[in-house]
Amino acid sequence: MQLHRTLVTKLLLVTALMFGFGFALVPLYDVFCEVTGINGKTSNVPATALVDGVDTSREITIEFLARPNKDMPWIFKPEIRRLTVHPGEVHVMNYFAENPTAQMIVGQAVPSVSPGQAALYLHKIECFCFTQQQLAAGRNMLMPVQFYVDPALPAQFSTITLNYTLYDVTANWQGNAATENLGE
Amino acid sequence: MSAITHDHDHEHDHKPSGIKRWLYTTNHKDIGTMYLVFALLMFFIGGSMAMVIRLELFQPGMQFVEPQFFNQMTTVHGLIMVFGAVMPAFTGLANWMIPMMIGAPDMALPRMNNWSFWILPFAFLILLLSLFMPGGGPDFGWTFYAPLSTTYSNDSTALFVFSVHIMGISSIMGAINVIVTIWNMRAPGMTWMKMPLFVWTWFITAFLLIMVMPVLAGAVTMVLTDKYFGTSFFDAAGGGDPVLFQHIFWFFGHPEVYIMILPAFGIVSAIIPTFARKPLFGYASMVYATASIAILSFLVWAHHMFTTGMPVFATLFFMYCTMLIAVPTGVKVFNWVATMWRGAMTFEVPMMFALAFIVLFTIGGFSGLMLAITPADFQYHDTYFVVAHFHYVLVTGAVFSIIAAAYYWLPKWTGHMYDERLGQLHFWCSLISVNLLFFPMHFVGLAGMPRRIPDYALQFADFNAFISVGGFLFGLSQLIFVWVLVKCARGGEKATAQVWEGAEGLEWQVPSPAPYHTFETPPEVK
Repeated sequence: MQLHRTLVTKLLLVTALMFGFGFALVPLYDVFCEVTGINGKTSNVPATALVDGVDTSREITIEFLARPNKDMPWIFKPEIRRLTVHPGEVHVMNYFAENPTAQMIVGQAVPSVSPGQAALYLHKIECFCFTQQQLAAGRNMLMPVQFYVDPALPAQFSTITLNYTLYDVTANWQGNAATENLGE
Repeated sequence: MSAITHDHDHEHDHKPSGIKRWLYTTNHKDIGTMYLVFALLMFFIGGSMAMVIRLELFQPGMQFVEPQFFNQMTTVHGLIMVFGAVMPAFTGLANWMIPMMIGAPDMALPRMNNWSFWILPFAFLILLLSLFMPGGGPDFGWTFYAPLSTTYSNDSTALFVFSVHIMGISSIMGAINVIVTIWNMRAPGMTWMKMPLFVWTWFITAFLLIMVMPVLAGAVTMVLTDKYFGTSFFDAAGGGDPVLFQHIFWFFGHPEVYIMILPAFGIVSAIIPTFARKPLFGYASMVYATASIAILSFLVWAHHMFTTGMPVFATLFFMYCTMLIAVPTGVKVFNWVATMWRGAMTFEVPMMFALAFIVLFTIGGFSGLMLAITPADFQYHDTYFVVAHFHYVLVTGAVFSIIAAAYYWLPKWTGHMYDERLGQLHFWCSLISVNLLFFPMHFVGLAGMPRRIPDYALQFADFNAFISVGGFLFGLSQLIFVWVLVKCARGGEKATAQVWEGAEGLEWQVPSPAPYHTFETPPEVK
């Protein structure tokens, strides 16, 4: 019986570890995607603007896309569709958002870069996607993203597409809304 | 002295009568029987759902059921067949045969064995009753991809999660029991490399179970908290990622595929030598091939996800790893064929099912290789070609092996020979109808018919009518199986201890039917 007990203990330990491993896959996946850039995920941390000069010999086309999620009633679009930049140049791009409904709505934009590997080379100094955005009923606003393309961008990339999907996160946000200024 | 021994034996053969015998039993044979009967019941419940699916698809257009109910049928059919029919049937066979094959008196943890069976009916009761809830049961496919199972699912999801948890706990307990039994309770002289292959394949399967069932438990827990407790594991708005769900699910899901086929390899490796009257060709290579398949199964999960937009190097990695599995699998098929080479073969029902297994499982393996080719998979993904593939490996693979095992060991369990003519009738009806059922699915799949859709383009109408007829015939053929089982349990020609002329192994040294307690003094294995 003692023989059984030690083996059972070990096997239960394996089971518990594997249960933990299932949850460990969540941060592992994020880290893996961030390191390799394979999921088109850009960093959620603001980048610093310091780069070693502008590479005027190359031109990169940045395409801007915006898509409100199915349940998100906002009007959401980029000011212009595409922009040609030199690697290293800092640019600001504005996205227009309008809340046409009669309620205050909170939005969260989630960026995605295509091709995925280029995500590592698109640095955002400031972005409306770093925080949640609130719009009172009927209001609109311009939401800026300040970015530059890393001069180390591999030569095979000449076009980068930056897409934002905007989600309605009002339900999750209301709990601590009391102290927020809604601009009314 | 002899009188005392006799009394002692008599007392041990005593068992409580009626329902209490089955509720309280810790006997591996009783529990094995319960698992097998339960699996058969689930096979018919899941099968009747398949009949609803084929009825709706018999003609294009909506005929009998609502699309949402159709989705519930595909979902619950998958869940029942995987977790309710195939897995418990293998666990039942393990309970019955492993202690007898290794010369042990019982499973190592008999009380836990009782529990791991008896929580199972409740899991499936919960799942089946959820179909009658307002809004219906789970309808997101057995793979319960987020956000279908989180944002877009109804409240039966909570019951689904709970029932999957119970199934998982049952499987894990069963697997731990198998490992401990095999590790600690082999008869003297039963060294690792003398174990029958059914024991080996189950040993490896049990390790797969304790490694991936907890990951499944984690996945359903995340679905539950995403749906009800405001977490965002799979919700992009909260920083999660729905593709992550697929990674976690298939990290469980692919080894799960091998959980459902490795014991089948063990069964076929037991049956072929018996009826070819030759020892198994390449025993050691069989063991190593099983172990390599198990290890590789952890490295191929993303071949289910080629169309999610993975980078090219990742798709190549998973494509090559997947193709690598064909090597150990090929070794196995080669060994079975080599075992039969110049053997004195006879073709009783277990052998017929085992032979059909080798041919038809290999067809399923080859369509798997086609699906592994990344660019080709973009065409095949989510079509009936996939449905054809996994039904060839699971129905003509896993289910045929279970039926073969039932015919093979039935005389040992009941003490009677089954009706050979009825058995042959069951085999031929099953063989013909199963191919009518699944083979044309390859064609409609290649032509682009999507899976899990209750209606289809008119061009697929003839093939679908054909497939449905095959489905109904296959379903009816299984009633012959029940007839054979009942007839054999009730009586028939007395079986000898060895049953089959060419059978070798410890289980054939005990009388038929196997006494309630076997190998209380361990046999000596030479």
